[in-house]
Parts: sequence; structure tokens; C-alpha cells
Amino acid sequence: MASAPSKLYADDVSLLMVLLDTNPLFWSTSSLPFSNFLSHVLSFLNSILLLNQLNQVAVIATGYNSCDYIFDSSVSTSRGLENGRMPALCSNLLQKLEEFVVRDEQLCKEGSENGLASSLLSGSLSMALCYIQKIFRSGPLHPQPRILCLQGSSDGPEQYVAIMNAIFSAQRSMVPIDSCYLGSNNSAFLQQASYITGGVYLKPQQPDGLFQYLSTVFATDLHSRTFLQLPKSVGVDFRASCFCHKKTIDMGYICSVCLSIFCKHHKKCSTCGN
Amino acid sequence: MSSGEVIKRAKYKTSVKDPGTPGVLKMTEQKFLFNPNDPSSVTKLDVEFAHIKGNALAKSGEAAKAASTAKVTSSTKVASEKSAVSFPDEQLSTAEMELRMNLLREDSELQKLHKQFVIGGVLTESEFWATRKKLLDVDNRGKLKQRVGFKSTMILDTKPMADGRTNKVTFNLTPEIKYQIFVLKPAVHQAFLNLVPSKMTEKDFWTKYFRAEYLHSTKNAITVAAEAAEDEELAIFLKEDNILAREARRKIRRVDPTLDMEADLGDDYTHLPDHGIFRDGTKEISETQHEQYMRTLSQDLNRQGAVVLEGRTVDVDLEDPRTVAEALVRSRQELDGDKTQERLDRLSRMTDIEDLREPLDHPFAPLCIKDPRDYFDAQQANALKTLDDARNKMEQTKRNLSIDEAYGSLRDSISKIKTMGLSDPIVKPEVALSVLNGLTQNISSSKFQLGKNSRESILDALDVHTGITETFLVFISYYYNISSHKVDDVQVSRLKDAMSQTYRQLEEIKESVQSDFRHKVSLLVRPMHQALDAAFQHYDADQQKRSSKGEPLNGFV
Repeated sequence: MASAPSKLYADDVSLLMVLLDTNPLFWSTSSLPFSNFLSHVLSFLNSILLLNQLNQVAVIATGYNSCDYIFDSSVSTSRGLENGRMPALCSNLLQKLEEFVVRDEQLCKEGSENGLASSLLSGSLSMALCYIQKIFRSGPLHPQPRILCLQGSSDGPEQYVAIMNAIFSAQRSMVPIDSCYLGSNNSAFLQQASYITGGVYLKPQQPDGLFQYLSTVFATDLHSRTFLQLPKSVGVDFRASCFCHKKTIDMGYICSVCLSIFCKHHKKCSTCGN
Repeated sequence: MSSGEVIKRAKYKTSVKDPGTPGVLKMTEQKFLFNPNDPSSVTKLDVEFAHIKGNALAKSGEAAKAASTAKVTSSTKVASEKSAVSFPDEQLSTAEMELRMNLLREDSELQKLHKQFVIGGVLTESEFWATRKKLLDVDNRGKLKQRVGFKSTMILDTKPMADGRTNKVTFNLTPEIKYQIFVLKPAVHQAFLNLVPSKMTEKDFWTKYFRAEYLHSTKNAITVAAEAAEDEELAIFLKEDNILAREARRKIRRVDPTLDMEADLGDDYTHLPDHGIFRDGTKEISETQHEQYMRTLSQDLNRQGAVVLEGRTVDVDLEDPRTVAEALVRSRQELDGDKTQERLDRLSRMTDIEDLREPLDHPFAPLCIKDPRDYFDAQQANALKTLDDARNKMEQTKRNLSIDEAYGSLRDSISKIKTMGLSDPIVKPEVALSVLNGLTQNISSSKFQLGKNSRESILDALDVHTGITETFLVFISYYYNISSHKVDDVQVSRLKDAMSQTYRQLEEIKESVQSDFRHKVSLLVRPMHQALDAAFQHYDADQQKRSSKGEPLNGFV
């Protein structure tokens, strides 16, 4: 749909970017099996598309070594596989997802596993924001974009700088980042993202009711959110990670020129050279 | 005393915040010896005087049960227990005492604080009440704060009551009314001063005055003129007030030049069509010869308005009209002197309405510097707990997979769902219901207050908070020399003890609270901790400074 007649455009048309965490190490140890998770998410995507005729959904997979677009509702599908058990969109998505996982595995380097590794959230956030910028430039009428992160793996402190940059550019473009965190302890990056951009951060208490959480909290468009009371997080973990060792710190040194954070005193700032 | 020894019960504290181990302190001519009550405890002190570099010893020499505090700068501190006697070190009137007791009786919070601190010997009465000066003052002068002006019904006060049956007319006269009459009519005032008590009694004076009033009220100018011609004194009351007239003429002459008093045809609204009631002007002509005996309502009202706005210039007991009259004269004479300055002064006095002023003590906002580490530690504890649980669960079901296996299982789940399709139902109804309930509870609870447990501990914290503010205020006032008393080390150290006790109380509160609500309670408790820390630091620094300066000591026992 390149452009829609203006009289069909209402306040509540939304573009939802879903960032799906496909870190195999997390899903192999998660209490919620990946297949159940996928069924929740697929039904949720379906319901989003049902809410408004002009709603758009795009799914990006956050892998262990790479990220890629898996699904885009605005692209008309040529092969409409419908095998009676699920709608066409699901089968397309699953097909693409499987191909992505295969590619991601091939990119694996030797000896890179260390417990619960992190997935490339910064990459998928950047890709989502690029897609949103493309939508912004598509014409005068466009849906209101928002990003939903379905993340389970823990934060990788080495991605701190990139994630913070993505968060601030989302804030600047007024794109809220909602996060539904399925891991065990809270994710500082996602809490900060939701806090700074005005989104909702949720850590579901019952993972097998995930669809209920998604449809209650994350399905509403931005216009209707002003009338709703959504869960607020009690406190936000604002810790940063240092630029040199990528450790999480709460007290450190800052370059007075570029505000880079270091854990130890440096004579010269590695970012700006002052 | 004769053996050259002093033995006292004391508590040995290594730092200010230490609760202190109880024991016996013996002071001989050569040294201090401290033995704790508990023989197994290690804290013993055996210091010879030669080794002490400097110390500050103070005692209140008022009674034999002196509370003495000795501090040794070799980083050991010994404080002795004191008896719970509060020395009344200022004279209090019985009225003040009564007032204080009334206040205590009415306010149970105040009573609790009073009991805790004054009876407990931490603060003296004077200190306790010093911070509550506002309360005492307000009660004392509450009634008189507002200055009462004249009544608006001044001119009606002198209206008579007519008795229909007999032909008698009764006038009521009170000192207040007399005062009002003097202010309203300076001519009457002048006459009063001249005639009473030299020429006629007061009663006669007022009788004549009211006769004049009655005549005026009949509005019969001819009768008035006739009566005035007969009685001289009555004439004074019946004629127009010449003093007022003089003043008015003077004011007219001194009108502000910027005021445009020229009237032209445009200002004449009375001859416009449709203005006012159509009157036959013929009736008015005959009464011009008695004009001076006519008094119109508008004149009365104007005069009353002027007087009410001026306010009471004299604050004298109204009982004796003579004194009132004289006081009024005096005030008028003062006015004549330096008109502008007096007027300005009077204006400032009148416009300053005390009970409409803002209260002088500005409510302070407590400084709240949250230490983020507290939150992280709490969260970390929670997280570790859940992580351990999760880990245990996972270890039971699955092993740590290698990365290939992980990818394999991922692909398997994808193919599984491709073949099986979406599960039906997606979410079980009971699970969905519990999720919804949980969400609504979460949303509503973050708005309203938490459960009972937290409330209790928050109330505890608040109680401690009020206690802390008490001691803290007095402590600070000493250190910044705000208080009116001399700084007494004994009292200060007593305060310090109380404060260290509350410090411990705070710790207990923090620990007793469940981890969920700890964050909120620590929000309350944190600033109190920091305030106490700062106070202690300041105190220590001050002590060090004093001892290094070599201040004169009060001497030993």
C-alpha cells in the first residue's frame, strides 16, 4: 500500500516494529518454549493487523550473530501458502525465520559461547529505526510508528553506546520503545529505553499468559494510550557501562568534552582525543 | 571525695553512633579506669592522665546530680549516665505554665514528644519550647491580633427607641457610642471638653445632645431653628459642625493640581433627558433660610465613611469619656504637626494586617539525595534469588547446551510450530484471568498505597522522623549560635546520645521491612540518616577544633 486515501486515515493507525529475540542460548534454557512463544507472538501480530485496516507490522529477528527483517505486512506476498492450520502471514514469517536461523548459525565463530550470551539488540534497534525513517519519508500520511522489543537475553554491556544512541534517536523522532522482557532479572537497557522514549516496560510474571500481556498492554496505538493507564515501572536502573572495558558502573570518570564514561582515570579520552 | 576517687556509672562509646557498653568508671588522682559490667566484654579503659593530650570536661554545677561528660581526644569517648531531671533554668510565669500545659493536653503528639524528650532528660523545657515559640505566641495573642475598627452602623447607634404608649423616647448610650460620637462630630467633642464638668454634668450634656438628635430626626427645620435660638448649648448641637466645615474648606484649597476640577457642559448629567425622577423644584425654595440647621443623610454617610476608613487612632480604655476625649485631642494635635509623615505612618499601620500576613517560618522541603546503590542492592538481591530459583528449575529439566545444539533445538521448535499450527486456545482462560488480575492490581497498587506491613514501618519511620527533627533543631541552633542560651556541652552531649539512639532505630526499621517495600522506606529513612551523619560530623570537627585551640577547661571535680 503505497498511499492510502486520506479519509481512511484516522488517529490510531500504527506501524508496529517487533524485535524478536532469537538467541538460541536463551531459548534453550527458557521456561517458555520457543514454539509457544511463537504462537503467542503470531496471534498477537494477527490481532494488530485486525485492529485497523491500515495498520502495518514489521518483524526483525535479533539473532546471536546477525539481525534481519523477517516479515513486512506492507509487502504483498507472492506465495500465499495457506495450509489450513494457520494464516498465510504466519507461514511466511516462519519460513523466513527458519532461513534466518540457518544463516545465523553459519556465522557462528568457534568458542564464542559463554553462558547466557546477549543478542544483538543494538543492531535490530538501528534497523527498526531506519525502517521507520523510510516510512516517515514516504509521504504526508503515514502511520504512527512504535517499536516493541520482545527480549529474553540479558544486556551486553559492550552494546551500551550503540543502544544509547539508538534510544536517543528514537526519542528525537518520538518513537516509543516498548519492551517485554522474558528473562530472569531486569534489563537495564530496556528499562532505560522505555523510560527515555515514553514506552512501557513490562516483565511478565506468568510467561505462559504472554498473549494476554501483549494484547492488554502493547496492542494499543499511541493515540489511545493517552486514555489508558498502563503499567509503570517502579524504578529504572540507570547504570551505564564504561567505554573502555564495557563493565557496568555507577561511579566513574567522564570526559568533559564528549561525555564518554570511563571506569578509570585516563589522560586522553579515547573517543574524542582530549 | 576524701579518698581522692570518683566512681560513676558510665557507658563506653568508641564512636558517637556506638550504643555504648555499660560499666563503671573510676577516676583516681592519676588515671581513669573503666570496667564494663559484663566481665567478658573487651572494652576496658585504663588511661593515665599523663597520656591524655587534651580533654573537655563540663558539668552543670547546679545540682549535686551533675551530668558530666568527659571526652578524651585519644579517640575514646566516655559518657556518663545522667539522672532524668530537667532543670528549670528560666523563670516562667504561671500563665505561661498554664499555656504550656493546655497545649500539651490538647495535642497528644506534642505530649508524646514532650514525654520522650523532656522527661527522658534529653532536652530541657526551654529548648523544647524554644522551637515552638510560634505556638505559644499565637495562643497568647490570638484574640488581640486583629484590630477592630468602627462599626458600620455608627450613625444608627444613636437612633432612639420610641415607646408608643407613653410619649417617651429612649436613647442608649455606651462608652463605645460616646467614642464614636466624639470621632464623628468634632464640634460635639469640643463642646464636651469645654462644658463638662465645668458648666454642666455629663448626664445633662448627653441629654441635650440627644434632644438635638431627636429634633434633627423630625426634619422640621423651623422647629430646629426655634429651639436653637432658645438654648445656646443646644444650638451647638443643632448647627452644622464648624470644625468639620473648616477642615473641608482647607482640603478643598489643597487639592492636588493634577486633579481636574473644572466642570463643563459635558459633566452636567442632571439636565439630560431621562435622568432621575421628575421633580417639581418649587418646594425647595422656602427652606433656604434655615439651611444651616439642615443635615442630610449624605453628609452623615460621608462623614461616617471618612471616620471608618481612618480607623481607630486611639487605643484607650473607653470607660471614661473624659480620658477618651483628651486622648482624641492629643492625637489630633499630633496630626497637625508633621502631616505627611504622620499620614504615611498611619497608613502603614493600617494596611499591615497581621493575621493576613504569611507565617514567618517557611516550611522546608527535606533534601532527598537517593543513593542509587541502595536500589541496586535490593534489586540485585531479588534478582539473584529469582535467578537461583530459575537456575535450579532449569538444571532439573535441561542441561547446558552447546551452541550447535541450541540452534538445533531452535530450528526444531520452528518446524514444530509449522506443522502443528498455532495452539488452540492460545492462552488458557484461567491463565488469562490471572494475568489480567495481576496487571490491574499492579497498576492500581502503584497508584495507591502499599500493603499494611509497609504502612506500619512507614509510620514507624515517620515517628522517628519527628523525633529526629526535635533534637536536630536544637542541636543545629546551638552550633549556629541561634539559641538564646549559652552553649552547654552537657546538653549537647545529651542530644548527641539521643541522636545516636535514633540512628540505631532507623537501622532497625530498615532491616525489619520486607524487601519489596524497602525501597520506599529507605526513601524516607535515607535523609534522616544523612542529616544525623552530617550533624555528627560537624560535632566531631568542632570538638577537634576546640581541643586543638586549647579552650579553657572547666576543671575537674
